[in-house]
Order: sequence, then structure tokens, then C-alpha cells
Amino acid sequence: MQTGAGFFGSSIGKKIVMAITGIMLIGFVVVHMIGNLQLYLPAHDGVYALDTYGEFLRTLLHGSGIWIARASLLAAAGLHVWAAVGLTLMNRAARPIGYQQQQYDASTFGSRWMRVSGVVVLAFIIFHLLHLTIGNILPGFEHGKVFHNVVTGFQVPWVSAFYIIAMVALSTHIHHGIWSMLQTLGLSHPRYNGLRNGLATLLTIVVIGGNISFPIAVLTGFVR
Amino acid sequence: MSSEKNLNLKLNVWRQKNAQSEGGFETYEAPGISTEMSFLEMLDVVNEDLITKGADPIAFDHDCREGICGACSMVIDGRPHGPKERTTACQLHMRSFNDGDTIAIEPWRAAAFPVQRDLIVDRAAFDRIIAAGGFISAPTGSAQDANSLPVSKQNADLAMDAAACIGCGACVAACPNASAMLFVSAKVSQLALLPQGQPERYIRVRDMVAQMDAEEFGTCTNHGECEAACPKGISVENIARMNRDYLKASLTYRPEATGGGAG
Ligand code: HEM
Ligand code: FES
Repeated sequence: MQTGAGFFGSSIGKKIVMAITGIMLIGFVVVHMIGNLQLYLPAHDGVYALDTYGEFLRTLLHGSGIWIARASLLAAAGLHVWAAVGLTLMNRAARPIGYQQQQYDASTFGSRWMRVSGVVVLAFIIFHLLHLTIGNILPGFEHGKVFHNVVTGFQVPWVSAFYIIAMVALSTHIHHGIWSMLQTLGLSHPRYNGLRNGLATLLTIVVIGGNISFPIAVLTGFVR
Repeated sequence: MSSEKNLNLKLNVWRQKNAQSEGGFETYEAPGISTEMSFLEMLDVVNEDLITKGADPIAFDHDCREGICGACSMVIDGRPHGPKERTTACQLHMRSFNDGDTIAIEPWRAAAFPVQRDLIVDRAAFDRIIAAGGFISAPTGSAQDANSLPVSKQNADLAMDAAACIGCGACVAACPNASAMLFVSAKVSQLALLPQGQPERYIRVRDMVAQMDAEEFGTCTNHGECEAACPKGISVENIARMNRDYLKASLTYRPEATGGGAG
């Protein structure tokens, strides 16, 4: 007998979509953070390392590289949000009447706020693209002048503040997300279960630490 | 040695006439409750009093009263089966409470577990999940020699741990998403770990998960509340095993052949 709606219609199927797209997004976030560390490199002959890096990304594979990356990320983000919405609707419907009292013993802030942190991150992604890719949030944006755009952007306190808030949301999201994704993919064994939390914590601290350092470096005048 | 004490308690209990009616909380006094009583005995005392007064007793499910049948479903002070770890409501003793406490008692809350009356919910959804695949197909006749099917000690232990599930539904009740994945994964695992479960291993996980979804349980977001609430300590490692099997089942699934197979 095979009932139900097939893999993508099923709860576990959607969870697996969520986990695999989550890995893609986390991979992107890690590489993105490492690339941006070039904010701290000195300029060469008046050309900032970040600008050279931007040029490199835009011309990779004769300019098709960046579009391949953008298309994959858009697909991953789209599927991730699609699965999140589907699962959230199932979960809402599963408990139409709640408890008067509910005590939590195992869940965490991160696990209970996944939907909210996800929406904050989504809003941030849109803002971030408008700000630094399309360039229509702040006056004075210049295409190709990555260093200039980042620094003048972060000099605006509310831009930095929103960026930092979004990074806090992202940190709770990936901290629960990494362990959740390993569990969803069936990677559980007493021999390495301890490492799962370690990996989640390490990646979260490295990614978010790196990312938050950028606006702080600009606001304190360390990078200008 | 008697550390027995008497407690004066207040109960805040969900009362609901039948599946159709609205329901709401009612407060009851429970004076002179011995700390030696079990939680269900305390409810019996309160019910005696209600019956003498001509009121409707509080309806709750119970059967074995020794922690093995899983019938005694109720959320006590915000936790399925109450505050004590690895303990069913029937095995919970009143010494876990203090004089003057107000105790909130609610039914399991899930769309798949409709309230029938007061604290009693209909858990037939679990039975339908089992019927969808939680069994092995074995020929009748005399049992074969046990030693002809080798089972590793580790797998035997893990299968026994999974089989400790009494199907009480506390995992669903505790889960913020009302997901039944701990229950289903225990039932999938106890067979997936043993040789007898192998022939139907992958079709079983597909069918049971499909039934679980059809019953409108929620989905696991790995909060871990189920494991913390489970009176039998079923591990979420079973959920990972089920996810793994489901992924493999989806990748290797073939619709039933209409020909071939030398048949
Ligand atoms: C850079 C962006 C993002 C990354 C790196 C990321 C990463 C992850 C990962 C790894 C998971 C765990 C997968 C699993 O459930 O097993 C996850 C789950 C989830 N994500 Fe994201 N995500 C991102 C953006 C978003 C966005 C934009 C939303 C929604 C608008 C979202 C909503 C969710 C939800 C609701 C879950 C499931 C919660 C749970 O399993 O507890 N995520 N995410
Ligand atoms: S009445 Fe059987 S487990 Fe509680």
C-alpha cells in the first residue's frame, strides 16, 4: 500500500528538503563571511582587496559563475521557505487548541523561535541585496566599489543596527538548524552525537562573530 | 517509617461533556490527600466526593495503574504525566506535590487526539498508524528455532529500548508541534533493528509515515520535548533512524511490479 502525497508532500520529505537547502545556505554564509574578511586587507596601489574580490566574482566563468551561484541560492532559499511554510501550516493545524499551561524541558530559545528568526533573516536578505547588490537604499552607492559601499553603509547607525540584529537572529537559526539538520538527515550515533552540538556552536560563533565584526570595525573607525 | 502527610490541594481541571461540546476549566478542592496516594487515587477520592454530591465525576483513562499500559493520559501542571521524569500519571505519587498547591490537569492536545470527555482523548490514530505497517508478515505454524536467526546483542538491546514504548501519546502531548514522530520512530525502529523486520523495512516506514501525516499530526522540529516527556525514555535517536530509513525508502522505492520476478 502506498498512500499519501509522495516525498515532497510528506512531513519527512519536506524536512529533508529543508535540511539540504539549509546546508547550501549555511555553506554560502560561511564562504560569504570568509570572503568578506578581505575588508581587513590593506589596499594595493589604491585598489581595495574587497573590490578586486568583487571583480573576481563578477567575472568568474566569463560572468556566468555569479549567475549560477545566484540561481542556486535563490532556488535553495525558495525551497527552504516553501518547506518552512508547509511544515509550519501542518504544525499549526496539528494543535488547534493549546494548553493553559505548558512547561518546556528540552527545547531551546533557538528551536522555539525558528520561524521568527527565519522571517527576520529573510527580511534581512532582501534588505541586504537592495543595499549592497542593487544599491538603492542609500545615496552614494557606486557599482563595483565594494569597499566604499560597505564602509559608507555601516557608517549609518541604523543600517549597522539592523545588520547586527539580523545576525543575532541568524545565529539562533543556524545554531538550532545545524543540529536539527543532522538529525533530519539521520546522522545520529552515540559515538559522534556530542560533536553535533560542538559543530553547531563552532560554526555559529565563527560565522556570526566574523559578520558582526564588520559593522563594529566600521562604527569604531577601525576600518574606514 | 511513615513520612506520610496530608495535603490540601486545589485542582484546576478541564471539563468537557463530549466531543462536540466546548469545555472549560473547573476548580475543585481536594482536602486531606495522603502523600502515599498515586495521582489517579487522588482523582478517585475527588470523584467519590463529586458522586456523593450528585455531580459528574472527572472522566480519565486508566487501566493497569502500574505504568505499562499507557492509558493514563493527562497533562499535569504543563507536563504530560506530570513533573516526575520517566513516570506515568498512575505511578506519580502525591509526595511530588506540596500542601496548598493548585494543580492544573488538562487532556492531551492534538487535532489527531480529539477529546471525548474531560481528560479522555481518542488515540485510535496510533492504532491506524500501526495498522498501516507496524507489524511483520509471518507465516503461521510452529515457531522456528530462535537460534536460527542471529541478532547482535547491540541491536537486540536497541530494539528492546524502542519496544519499551507504551503508546501513551505523551510525546505528541509534549511536542510544541503535536508531532507523533517519537512514537512512530519507536515502532519503526523496533522492527528495523531485527532480522524479522527486514523484508518490509522500507515499505513499512513509507506507509507508517504516510498514515502519520494523514492523521494530521505535526512535524518534528527537533525540540526534544518528546524524549523529555516520555515515561519510557524513548530516545530521539529513533527519529534519526526513521528519517534515515525514510530517505533510503524514498530513493529505492519501486511501485509493485505487474510482471517479471519469474512469477
Ligand atoms: C541564510 C539563511 C538561512 C540558513 C543558513 C538556514 C538554515 C537552516 C537549517 C540548517 C535548518 C535545519 C533544517 C532542518 O529542519 O533539519 C533550518 C530550518 C528552518 N528554517 Fe532556515 N535557514 C535560513 C533562512 C531561513 C528563512 C529565510 C526562513 C523563513 C522565512 C527559514 C525558516 C526555517 C524554519 C521554519 C526551519 C525549521 C525549523 C526547525 O526545524 O526547527 N530559514 N534553516
Ligand atoms: S494506567 Fe496503565 S500506564 Fe498508567
